[in-house]
Amino acid sequence: MTEVEETLKRIQSHKGVIGTMVVNAEGIPIRTTLDNSTTVQYAGLLHQLTMKAKSTVRDIDPQNDLTFLRIRSKKHEIMVAPDKEYLLIVIQNPCE
Amino acid sequence: MEIVYVYLKKRSEFGKQCNFSDRQAELNIDILPNPELAALYVERNPVDTGIQCSASMSEHEANTERFEMESCGVNHVEGGWPKDVNPQELEQTIRFRKKVEKDENYINAVMQLGSIMEHCIKQNNAIDIYEEYFDDEEAVEVTEEAPSAKTINVFRDPQEIKRTATHLSWHPDGNRKLAVAYSCLKFQRAPMSMNYDSYIWDLENPNRPEIALKPLSPLVTLEYNPKDSHVLLGGCYNGQIACWDTRKGSLVAELSTIEFSHRDPVYGTIWLQSKTGTECFSASTDGQVMWWDIRKISEPIEVVIMDISRKEQLENALGAISLEFESTLPTKFMVGTEQGIVISCNRKAKTQAEKIVCTFYGHHGPIYALQRNPFYPKNFLTVGDWTARIWSEDSRESSIMWTKYHMAYLSDGAWSPVRPAVFFTTKMDGTLDIWDLVFKQCDPALSLKVCDDPLFCLRVQDNGCLIACGSELGTTTLLEVSSSLSTLQRNEKNIASSIFERETRREKILEARHREMRLKEKGKVEGKEDDQKEEEAALDLDELVGKAEEEFFEVIFSELKRKEAEALKKKPKPRKKSSVKVEAEEEVEENVGEEEEAGGIIGIDAVEDMSEEAGEEQEDVPT
Repeated sequence: MTEVEETLKRIQSHKGVIGTMVVNAEGIPIRTTLDNSTTVQYAGLLHQLTMKAKSTVRDIDPQNDLTFLRIRSKKHEIMVAPDKEYLLIVIQNPCE
Repeated sequence: MEIVYVYLKKRSEFGKQCNFSDRQAELNIDILPNPELAALYVERNPVDTGIQCSASMSEHEANTERFEMESCGVNHVEGGWPKDVNPQELEQTIRFRKKVEKDENYINAVMQLGSIMEHCIKQNNAIDIYEEYFDDEEAVEVTEEAPSAKTINVFRDPQEIKRTATHLSWHPDGNRKLAVAYSCLKFQRAPMSMNYDSYIWDLENPNRPEIALKPLSPLVTLEYNPKDSHVLLGGCYNGQIACWDTRKGSLVAELSTIEFSHRDPVYGTIWLQSKTGTECFSASTDGQVMWWDIRKISEPIEVVIMDISRKEQLENALGAISLEFESTLPTKFMVGTEQGIVISCNRKAKTQAEKIVCTFYGHHGPIYALQRNPFYPKNFLTVGDWTARIWSEDSRESSIMWTKYHMAYLSDGAWSPVRPAVFFTTKMDGTLDIWDLVFKQCDPALSLKVCDDPLFCLRVQDNGCLIACGSELGTTTLLEVSSSLSTLQRNEKNIASSIFERETRREKILEARHREMRLKEKGKVEGKEDDQKEEEAALDLDELVGKAEEEFFEVIFSELKRKEAEALKKKPKPRKKSSVKVEAEEEVEENVGEEEEAGGIIGIDAVEDMSEEAGEEQEDVPT
């Protein structure tokens, strides 16, 4: 098993983690642990939101950049770690 | 397409060009002043001119155009794939993904992001940063806000010829829909080209009804089946009972045969609580109550005639205009009649005559609404003439509580399903009254002008915060009442029950007293001895009156004499207004002496005034 696989598996094994996905710069899901339709929805919407958040941070201060995005909702928390080309998205249910 | 018309005319055809130039002023005519005319001049004096003392005002009206909304949807499809990859082809997408996963960039990115992400996940699991402290503490008492209500939506009858919204019914679950029955209740005055459709409205969309129900005769009542929300029961103007299944469309699914149906408009239809959920019953002004099973709707299962003389004669039957059924009392039902009498019935009685249990008199006109209190079914609300009345089944002689006589007729009423002491009434002047017996009993807690035309019907949603009011011109207004009116107040059940009990007790005491008085009167007529005694008593009374009169005149005359004597005595002695206190006291003493002589019964305080007045009065009262 490659290092990448291991990392993703470790993340998925953490308590409360519902799903993990990697999305590329176009919003195409590369890897996912959820079913196809949910993944496509999450990937498409979160990709747009992350891009918007990134441009907001950059517009306010050009020297600044988005490093992480946490969305707290009634049911769970969606965490997005952005990179130049890929997004790592994790959906977690933090309250046990 | 553009319409062009070219018109051509030559320059030469326009005629000669104008050439303007300056020139000197010249005199054309000179009229000299005429002194003769000046002598004829008469000055107008006075001159009448109207002047407004108050500021002038004008009235303008503007009506904004109705805002029509429409909801549209867009279907997004999966996209963003490179041009040579078809997202529908599984093989191609897998190949693309595999390729990306081998990319050095991807590996680095995931590794890097993974560590950040893990940190956050661990953080989340270690501590709940959004934990609410003191969450289990009792919520702070809700502050006493004034009761209020606001209009949420208005559903207008889309037809050109407006019809009355005669009955409303809420969708049993979800409460996102409202069924409205439209008909014209004016006897033989329904317009010729009137549409018969009734509608189901989606609460979100006031522009267009969701489904139109197409009956053969206008619907007077319309009721959702509580067990199956696709099925609706309608009572037609011609007396037939109709059933719809919204899955089958807007045409009637089941219809009772006209010869076995009611002979008058059906004013009440209610679903019964049965296992199959197909049984229902209806009431009409022809004086019959009929039971039906919609699986075999052609004929009624049972008919009860509303003849309170218990002779089962249709010609003597009272016209039923409202119907009440409480599922917790499955054998009982109540009927409100056009004559203002409430008839309490028992369906399971052995004989037809026994089915009519008792009657309640009190209203001067048709009872348009009749409903048991959802918490205390022994108490029920009726609405008719200008009042709303609350009754107790224990007190048959009269209602236990009633509102004052309003200026406008009341048209409908209902209890709040969540608060035992709250009920709603609608009036013909377009107002909705909300009554809160705990807060105020003589006046409504809130009176709201819903629309300009008369309100006709009312229905409260099961959670008590939404109210729909239908008007005579077919507009259905949806209102939301404030939370204080739709949440059970502390101790309210006990208070409401004690109010009802207290009023029942009061009414019973009055009833007993009335009975006593009636018995007495009866006794008077029957017994002769009693009569004589009465006469004696009357004689005594006359004597007593005579005596009292004599005594009275004696007192008056003696008083007059006394005053006269006093005046005569005081005349030589001129009176000083600014007399010293001591003198005044002496006078008082003197007067007291006289008082005793005269034998009058006048308090000492008044004595001085009397003596002062005596001098003046002497001239007024001739002896």
